[in-house]
Amino acid sequence: MTHPSDTGPAPVLALRDVSKSFGAVRALRDVSLELFPGEVHALAGENGAGKSTLIKTLAGVHRPDAGQVLLDGEPTVFHGPADARDAGIAVIYQEPTLFPDLSIAENIYMGRQPKRALGRIDHKATYAATLELMRRLGVGLDPGRPARGLSIADQQIVEIAKALSFDARVLVMDEPTAALTGSEVARLFGVVRTLRDQGAAVLFISHRLEEIFEICRRVTTLRDGAFVSSEPLAGMTEDDLVRRMVGRDLAELYPKQEVEAGAVALSVRRLTREGVFTDVSFEVRRGEIVGLAGLVGAGRTEVARAVFGIDRWDAGEVEVDGKALTNGAPSTAMAAGLALVPEDRRAQGLVMDMSIERNIGLTGLRTTVKAGLMDRGAERSRSLDWAVKLQVKYARIADTVSTLSGGNQQKVVLAKWLATGPKVLIVDEPTRGIDVGTKAEVHRLLSQLAADGVAVLMISSDLPEILGMADRVLVMHEGRVTAAIPRADATEETVMAAATGRAAA
Amino acid sequence: MADTSLARAVRWSASMRWDTAVGALLIVVLLLSFSFVDGFGNALNLSFLIGNTLPIALIALPMTMLVVSGEIDLSVASTAGLSGAVMGALWNQGMAIEAIIPVCLLLGVVCGLVNGLLVTRLGLPSLAVTIGTMAAYRGIAQIVLGSDAVTDFPARYLDFAAGRIGDTFVPYAFLPFLVLLAIAVVALHATPFGRRLFAIGASEEAARFAGVRVKRQKLVLFVLTGLMASLTGVFWALHYASARYDNATGLELSVVAAVLLGGIDFDGGKGTLGGAIAGVFLLGSLQNVMSLLNVSAQSQIVVTGVLLVVSVLGPRVGRQISVARAGRRAASAGPPAPEAPTPAA
Repeated sequence: MTHPSDTGPAPVLALRDVSKSFGAVRALRDVSLELFPGEVHALAGENGAGKSTLIKTLAGVHRPDAGQVLLDGEPTVFHGPADARDAGIAVIYQEPTLFPDLSIAENIYMGRQPKRALGRIDHKATYAATLELMRRLGVGLDPGRPARGLSIADQQIVEIAKALSFDARVLVMDEPTAALTGSEVARLFGVVRTLRDQGAAVLFISHRLEEIFEICRRVTTLRDGAFVSSEPLAGMTEDDLVRRMVGRDLAELYPKQEVEAGAVALSVRRLTREGVFTDVSFEVRRGEIVGLAGLVGAGRTEVARAVFGIDRWDAGEVEVDGKALTNGAPSTAMAAGLALVPEDRRAQGLVMDMSIERNIGLTGLRTTVKAGLMDRGAERSRSLDWAVKLQVKYARIADTVSTLSGGNQQKVVLAKWLATGPKVLIVDEPTRGIDVGTKAEVHRLLSQLAADGVAVLMISSDLPEILGMADRVLVMHEGRVTAAIPRADATEETVMAAATGRAAA
Repeated sequence: MADTSLARAVRWSASMRWDTAVGALLIVVLLLSFSFVDGFGNALNLSFLIGNTLPIALIALPMTMLVVSGEIDLSVASTAGLSGAVMGALWNQGMAIEAIIPVCLLLGVVCGLVNGLLVTRLGLPSLAVTIGTMAAYRGIAQIVLGSDAVTDFPARYLDFAAGRIGDTFVPYAFLPFLVLLAIAVVALHATPFGRRLFAIGASEEAARFAGVRVKRQKLVLFVLTGLMASLTGVFWALHYASARYDNATGLELSVVAAVLLGGIDFDGGKGTLGGAIAGVFLLGSLQNVMSLLNVSAQSQIVVTGVLLVVSVLGPRVGRQISVARAGRRAASAGPPAPEAPTPAA
């Protein structure tokens, strides 16, 4: 694993044969990594492959059990995150934590603002320094505006600016794009390229393979805590990368089965919620997977929430199997055979502090009852049954769901809803933030459900997923359904055109 | 990932330990009191202890459920006072006690309904709502009865509320309480109703997305709390043979202190009714012992207040220590195996 140009610069930061265990769990085994200035390096691996541990080792949170951290070629021991920061290593996490009521400049210089006489904060100098940082990053954010209301992409840019203000030479970005839209990703990548061209070494983590290929030059792959490879991306295909990550050929990411569509299961007519979405009508038939595409904020999630009864609608009607649903009543929607796997699994899909068993059991409180009391045996076997069917990886069914990885948490949410035997399943961003192996499993599951006669409505911002899985694609733009595109005609261009309002409906 | 799950496991086990710890502490306090406090161990004193603790215990049943679901009701003592005042006023009017008691209970239902509707329909925080109704209900009680004290209730009822079974330590009123306790334990820990409460308390939004009718469930709880508070008001007036507008003043402090002391998490979603009842009787025993030792009533309130702070702080500090310890372990150079060097970090 020599660098392509051996005459080039030496690695600014490197790990050599690093191992790290937590109790009996070997999170990292003999992992090596070299980060060069002026280069974006990808770190790839499934959930639980050891990426987080590696990042925390670089950031000085963990100390390796064996192996070395090399800074400019010299073995170094970080005694804590502050050590790593002082050495010029900055980590940007997926969800930045800014003080919403402070300005961008104040956030960046929190606790170390330039001072004037008598210890007063020099706001002018803070502002000017921040403006200079923004100029270096090539972005036009006003240092004086409060952080509240900034998009996640802009919040990350503020974090990057903060890293820059510490003279960071190594920037570690842990899934920065997971919650970003396409244009925001482009904006973020612009900043990353600027930094790279200024000589920073960037370690980039993402579950979106196309992003890795777009911005990174080399990739290090981990699998189950072990080092797999470290190599240039040039000449690799996405399939090559996936094979290194999962250790086998992935059957297929989009295993869509052809199913004859049956009777209408979900019918939404002229549904309107004032100021949110207008005149939304569509049908989903048994056996069909209907994709609901659109930009973030187009009203897709809001329609799903209203259909399920979380929010009330102002006009229109919703029928499941010909039966009209009550406005604003999730329990009647459930009783009618509707299930919603919500967008935010941590806040909406799961009670994080409750066990796997009880989370799945939460949708069965009407059925796992004997003489008015909980039938614990029935509850447990129902939960076990579905956890096993969906191959959730857990130690004990009584463990809290917060101990599971993101992909396994999502499986618990699916298990919880499939256990209700739904006629109509709405899934909102079903594979966001989960690894490629689990993603394929979720797709296979959705396809199988459709084949079994379930009507599936799939909201997704992942365009390849929509195109790969949907029989029909509905596209929303600014609260209205602007297009219904059959599978044969659905392409990135047609969907994006409708999503951005460029096409006639 | 590994360290947070570790921390959570530690936290979980810490909270599991808390209610058993309170149970153990109750036993220790009882044993010590039996051994060292003169007059504690005789049956009459024990029946006083139980009888005086019953008002706290009765309200603690629904209060535990409220706190588990993430809400609170501070108006319970005022509801009890109002219920007693109305009871006295109606008795003065010459109404039969058999008719008065249902009226009082109905009044409690109305009080709870007002709290519940303000919280669920208007989305107001229950802490603020019930501080307001605490003052309002007490004020109405004073309007209803003025500064009168009604004491001439039928002897049969007074005897039941204040008496004990033969020469044992068991007050008559303890038996119906045990029935209510059993119902509450089953409701909270063995029915879908209870499951939903824990889900609501741990994550209201996730509960809603699972089809739980959060508002209705909370409304039911507030009504139950009002009902139990008015029942307590009736019991109080009979037990102490005195219906006054200021009956049970400050009782909400004892109830909340006892429930939190019993390990019910103030943020909702955690705790057991067994722990809460252990907390109630721990507090009741301490108050009894302090009375025997001639500690003034004011000092007893101070002790209750301190216990309240300790019971909120205790589990939290314990948790933070465990989490910090887990974090240090995760950040240290190796697994906590004997051969691992302990870093001087």
